[in-house]
Amino acid sequence: MEEGCSCFYSKMGTKLSIGLLIVLAIVLLMVRVLYVVYWCGKPFPKGASQSFSTLVVLGSGGHTAEMLSLLSVLRKDRFTPRFYIAAATDNMSLQKAHSFEDSVAEKPVVKEASSQFMKIYRSREVGQSYVTSVWTTIVAIVHALWLMIRIRPQVILCNGPGTCIPLCVIAFLFKVMGIRWSSIFYVESVARVKKLSLSGFLLYKLRIADQFFVQWPQLQKKYPRAHYVGCLM
Amino acid sequence: MEDSENSKKRIVFVTVGTTSFDALVKAVVSEHVKDELLKRGYTHLLIQMGRGIFFPTKCEGADGSLVVDYFTFSSSIADHIRSASLVISHAGSGSIFETLKLGKPLIVVVNEDLMDNHQCELAEALEERKHLYYTRPHTLHQTLTKMELESLVRYTPGDGTPVARIIDRFLGFPDD
Repeated sequence: MEEGCSCFYSKMGTKLSIGLLIVLAIVLLMVRVLYVVYWCGKPFPKGASQSFSTLVVLGSGGHTAEMLSLLSVLRKDRFTPRFYIAAATDNMSLQKAHSFEDSVAEKPVVKEASSQFMKIYRSREVGQSYVTSVWTTIVAIVHALWLMIRIRPQVILCNGPGTCIPLCVIAFLFKVMGIRWSSIFYVESVARVKKLSLSGFLLYKLRIADQFFVQWPQLQKKYPRAHYVGCLM
Repeated sequence: MEDSENSKKRIVFVTVGTTSFDALVKAVVSEHVKDELLKRGYTHLLIQMGRGIFFPTKCEGADGSLVVDYFTFSSSIADHIRSASLVISHAGSGSIFETLKLGKPLIVVVNEDLMDNHQCELAEALEERKHLYYTRPHTLHQTLTKMELESLVRYTPGDGTPVARIIDRFLGFPDD
């Protein structure tokens, strides 16, 4: 009876210690996540002189036009090399980015700009069924992970297309795991006047975006951590 | 805001963007809309109809009627906007800002068939600032009869400078 009892207690003990370890791991992870969230959105110390490798996530049509409007006023020497990513089904956006980079390279001040152009699979095309989208979502996430491991950007610029969500989430996980610290800047599209887009809402609420910009004052009132910057167009 | 070089040829350019918007095409070629355009001194109606399946009747403009022509897509939408005296557009932000930047009078027609119609927010907000008129296909005629193009306020294009300044400061770069 006594033996059975001690055996029972030692089994309980190992179970308890495994449990404690798991709890400890979870607590440590939570602390790390909170630490990362705390430092997200905190500005860097003044006096930066190096350049940042930059990932630019392009949407379609209007989104791309707004992004290029922003890129045209950013100093190219500070954001280099530049990696452009657009949805695999979107032929126009990378083409526009190409001609933008060509127009920049012509200016004598800027040295040979290093830029790369990549396509990413979308998790779900318009009208696709939800059953098949489980599989395509897995493919899209693996592809996004592969691209992010290759690029490991220090700065991410995005403005709305759904493709930016997996990329930004992976960037956040990289921060938590200590693989790469990146700053995520999100500019909500000018077409959003009263309500954020789903991408914008997620990046704002989950505090994944380091700095969040809106183009209408009404939105800034609703989302006080956002910067109101007027129209990009 | 009128184009003085095209004083004889006054074109109304209609654009539906990359998809289709047959309700808008049908509305602009309806008799009372065409009559109103003629009354206001426009001579040509040029329609970019996209993937629509409603083909309007072309018209050469004999005996003083409105010249009607259409095409599906063009790589030079900006040129069409530039030569127009009035633009009637779908609510896409690309077309809206392209037209406003070229300083052309603009009527935005919202597509009520679209499910997630956040785009009317933009047209509404810009109408509040008097940069354009905003309507629906079945009220286009009313808007045309009531509109006063002189009261439109010219749009001053914005740029990314405020965003760039905040990003630069965040990353620790000195201000230029």
